[in-house]
Amino acid sequence: MKIRVLTFGIVRDITNTGNLWVELPAGSNSADLQTLLQEQFPALKRLNSLRIAVNAEYVTPDTLLRDSDEIALIPPVSGG
Amino acid sequence: MIDIQILDTPLSVEQCRNYVAADDAGAIVEFIGTVRRQTQGKAVIRLEFEAYPAMALLEMRKIAEEAIVRFSILRVSMHHRTGILEIGAIPVVIAVSSAHRAAAFEACQFCIDTLKQTVPIWKKEIFEDGEVWVAAHP
Repeated sequence: MKIRVLTFGIVRDITNTGNLWVELPAGSNSADLQTLLQEQFPALKRLNSLRIAVNAEYVTPDTLLRDSDEIALIPPVSGG
Repeated sequence: MIDIQILDTPLSVEQCRNYVAADDAGAIVEFIGTVRRQTQGKAVIRLEFEAYPAMALLEMRKIAEEAIVRFSILRVSMHHRTGILEIGAIPVVIAVSSAHRAAAFEACQFCIDTLKQTVPIWKKEIFEDGEVWVAAHP
């Protein structure tokens, strides 16, 4: 399946795009996506943290992904 | 009883205060974040804030809902800026009202502390000689 991943802040700088398109096997979970992206963009491994959000909610590594989901990479937040 | 906004225009402390004002309130506590001119001894020229708006609004609402339950406060208003902010500008305003002051103080602190931990908003510090996304790296 082909999924679109939204990027923000330093992740957008690292990936050089606000919208990443990623090809993943059907049945992949959030951890699979993270592993694939960290291989593709090793600089992601150096971040203090990298969380994944699905449909605007933080998810756990075992959360299954669907190509209809809105998926986002959330680097360390620093609002306020 | 909850007012959550992400805005790319200057924040109004008065707007937040007016939202939380209530006849049953004996106290209003406001937190106003401001852009400091230096960080760790280094001169800051400006800050840039970016948000994932759909998720940031949801996360801010969760914080406000939890604050109402935990501290039995009356009303909460949380506004956050995005875009370019100069020294002295206001990136965040939180106002809380309650019957008695202790709950409003505690709830306001809880709201800003939790916002900094969970809400998908990112701050970039711009210096004379470069820029850095705050908290991104060890």
